Amino acid sequence: MKKLINAVENVLTEQLQGMAAAHPELNISLDPKYITRVGAPFAGKVAIISGGGSGHEPLHGGFVGHGMLTAACPGEVFTSPTPDQMYEAAKAVASDAGVLFIVKNYTGDVLNFETAAEMVHSEGIKVQNVIVDDDVAVKDSLYTAGRRGVGTTVILEKVVGAAAEEGYGLDACADLARKVNSYGRSMGMALTSCIVPAAGKPTFTLAEDEVEIGIGIHGEPGQYREKLRPADAIVETLALEILDDGAYKRTLREWDRENATWVERDVIDEPFKAGDSVIALVNSMGGTPVSELYAVYRKLAELCEARDITIARKLVGPYITSLEMQGFSITLVKADAEILKFWDAPVSTPALRWGV
Amino acid sequence: MSDVITKAQVITWLENCAALLETQKAYLTELDAAIGDGDHGLNMARGFGKVKEKLPSMADASIGSILNTSGMALISSVGGASGPLYGTFFMRASTAVQARQELEPMDLVKLMEQGIEGVVQRGRAEVGEKTMLDALIPALNALKSQLEAGAGLSDALDACVAAAEAGVRSTIPLVAKKGRASYLGERSVGHQDPGATSATLILGLLRDVVKGSGVS
Ligand SMILES: Nc1ncnc2c1ncn2[C@@H]1O[C@H](COP(=O)(O)OP(=O)(O)O)[C@@H](O)[C@H]1O
Ligand SMILES: [Mg+2]
Repeated sequence: MKKLINAVENVLTEQLQGMAAAHPELNISLDPKYITRVGAPFAGKVAIISGGGSGHEPLHGGFVGHGMLTAACPGEVFTSPTPDQMYEAAKAVASDAGVLFIVKNYTGDVLNFETAAEMVHSEGIKVQNVIVDDDVAVKDSLYTAGRRGVGTTVILEKVVGAAAEEGYGLDACADLARKVNSYGRSMGMALTSCIVPAAGKPTFTLAEDEVEIGIGIHGEPGQYREKLRPADAIVETLALEILDDGAYKRTLREWDRENATWVERDVIDEPFKAGDSVIALVNSMGGTPVSELYAVYRKLAELCEARDITIARKLVGPYITSLEMQGFSITLVKADAEILKFWDAPVSTPALRWGV
Repeated sequence: MSDVITKAQVITWLENCAALLETQKAYLTELDAAIGDGDHGLNMARGFGKVKEKLPSMADASIGSILNTSGMALISSVGGASGPLYGTFFMRASTAVQARQELEPMDLVKLMEQGIEGVVQRGRAEVGEKTMLDALIPALNALKSQLEAGAGLSDALDACVAAAEAGVRSTIPLVAKKGRASYLGERSVGHQDPGATSATLILGLLRDVVKGSGVS
């Protein structure tokens, strides 16, 4: 293992200490671990809180700031954070408008955030959880834990953060979040594996000429392995999985504040169709250079155009990574006027910054 | 042997869990690496390490409050899917025994029933989906039916652990339908579930503690 590490057990703490030193506009608690915006709580504004395993930076801590997240809870590398982190973060930043937890769909994250929501609720704070489950590499929801939460998370946190900034209430923020999730689809691939510091060795191994199509952001297995093909061919595979993905149906849980219980709701994502406008994210898994991402974008733009899909906005770079893994993912989110308005709204965070 | 579980035994059991999960860390992590993300051993060792830290301050507490404190320690330190599940198990189990200072055999049944109900509500899994429930539910059924048939606590716990062990083995040919392992689909076949394995280790220690103190 060749990494810039002092001691394996201090990786996360030292990363947070460095963030605190570099970003005085963030408050960082080390016990339990959470990152908040200086100045929070903000009266009348819904607090948007996300979190998940570390190793996906800049997600989520790099998105804390004006117009995006109010707080983020980093877990150990690739391990979901614990409810006490979410609970303390919520208590630190919640206003009367309540707290929205944005949760990527991994069993660990979902269960820990559900536990946290129950704790936050019993403190008398209004709370709701929304799930991001956009990874089309996972086909069915009946025999698996369902689609994983990946690239759409970045776009959702930007859009919903801006809506909260504008004064959307908790239910309106949750509805908007559900819409963005429902409109978003992603898929990724890996050229190489990655090394979790505590494990010290690669999560999986790929031969020199082999790639994994449909990889998750923690190195979860993809759909299949194959020999490396030219960039255009790989982009086409991923983009068409996204563009041709049919209606996706699953059951998601929501917090019923009135009865203090979880209720289930069937959710269906409609496929993309000609004439749609989208926000596109071409994302590096961490080890792939931006130059290669532009090669990906070139082909993606061509494929979208051929299907009469307009890329209204785009983001190209490392935004939801998998440590040092080489590879990329594509995310497309159908964008209506409301989503575009909040996408364009000012944002000022360590990793995304415009309009300010 | 006397057919009760004392508070001292409960504390010894939890201490032994911390010790065993520390020594079995690599084994559980290896099982999880095959079908998950290779952190189950780390998660459990960290969690029960925290439980152990809390025990000295619990000497005067009831069994219910020891279990509740343990559950909260697990929830706030394990992470992953198993943290809220094991944490919920202990916290729910505590409501079944409340302020008791010792447990009758049927209290243990109630404790497990409530704990398992909590795991099911939180994780929404069923038997046969390759999770810890594949060990816990047969273990409970065996314990209960043995006690109802008039067996002593020691024999009933033997049956309970044997059923958990059979349950763990039953996970090997199963396709995972819950948790991270579910993303492997058919490729999860042939591997033993890490959570069912840790649950069985924990039940085995309970049996050992109960039997170790009794006159057989
Ligand atoms: N929905 C569920 N219900 C019951 N047990 C589950 C569920 N999902 C996962 N598990 C258990 O959790 C174990 C994995 O725990 P762990 O590795 O600590 O968490 P993670 O999968 O988040 O990395 C699995 O082996 C399985 O027994
Ligand atoms: Mg695991």
